[in-house]
Amino acid sequence: MVAEFIVTIFLGLGLLAVGLGVVGILRFPDVYTRLHAETKMTTCGAIFICIAVVITEIGAYLASGEMQYAVLGLHTVLALAALVFTNAIGAHAIGRAAYRAGVRPDPAVVDRMKGVNTDD
Amino acid sequence: MIRYILTFICAFCTYLVLTAGSGDIWLWSAFEIVTGLIIAFVVSLASAKWFCRGADYRMANPLRWALLGLYICIPFFLELIRANIDVAIRIITGNINPGIVKVNPGLTTGFGQLLFANSITLTPGTLTLEADEKTGDFYIHMLSVPREMVKQKTADAADLFSFFKIHEWVRRIAE
Amino acid sequence: MTEIWVVALGLLLLFVILAMVRLWLGPTAPDRVVALDAVNTITVCGIIVFGVAFNETVYVDVAIVYALLSFVGTLWLAKYIGGDL
Repeated sequence: MVAEFIVTIFLGLGLLAVGLGVVGILRFPDVYTRLHAETKMTTCGAIFICIAVVITEIGAYLASGEMQYAVLGLHTVLALAALVFTNAIGAHAIGRAAYRAGVRPDPAVVDRMKGVNTDD
Repeated sequence: MIRYILTFICAFCTYLVLTAGSGDIWLWSAFEIVTGLIIAFVVSLASAKWFCRGADYRMANPLRWALLGLYICIPFFLELIRANIDVAIRIITGNINPGIVKVNPGLTTGFGQLLFANSITLTPGTLTLEADEKTGDFYIHMLSVPREMVKQKTADAADLFSFFKIHEWVRRIAE
Repeated sequence: MTEIWVVALGLLLLFVILAMVRLWLGPTAPDRVVALDAVNTITVCGIIVFGVAFNETVYVDVAIVYALLSFVGTLWLAKYIGGDL
């Protein structure tokens, strides 16, 4: 019962983070700020959802002793590792490509990258 | 030669994790172990050239991987949660002050730079846009630039984080 | 217990549709790629939740492969936008 409550809390937190990330994509003014919302919030949401999944599977494994539940939890951890690592690199690639394509940060108080030669 | 062995070990471990629970030789079946050995051999022949670039094998030390695991579980996770609360508040209120700053944490190895760039993308309201491998400069988009950082030509890496010194951790892990 | 996961799945579907709005509107190409990346991440979460709701390990394996392949897709789109291709 307690485990169920904790799982619900973590799942709710994850869904809240993902939802706020999507709202941020719709609300922020330019590409770079949208990347902030997308990368951080959806990744954090995925982490919390996966924590909920792993807690559920550990509980089911301890209750029934079947290997299948433990395998599902382990594969969830692997999927999460792949997701976190690739999300960060993907965000880096999109930001760099956007700057090279000539999209400048529109509200910006400072731009130290202006005039830096990025062709390498 | 050593790079082929390292790639082989990494590929075989990945295969073992993916097929855990398939049989009764400890956790794996004999078929999966033999298949894993063959696949890891082919993979190591094909991709050792990209997997271990250069002659730098310091990440082959298991202690560094243990430290990396500790780093991900405690400082990185806490910074991640703090950054997410920060970004969530900014999404709701719309109070942003974005800009691109330059930072030089003084990291020289490729893996250290990769780890720092990834940590900074996921943690404190910042996003790596461009990294210069030779000089170690990072160009970082910040969601809210502090007033004193606007004037500095190169910002101090310690000012980016709140609880932990992420760049010190990365230096201890990768260099 | 299954109901929680089905409700979560419905909410994730709603978020995918909301992200699709940015994919449709996006003034520049990088905006659309950002929205596509968000859709990919939410889809991976959705597949994992689906696998838990119906208790199938294979679905989670599909999620791993989808995460890696969508990463390759994002990288190539970024290369195309940046003019390296």
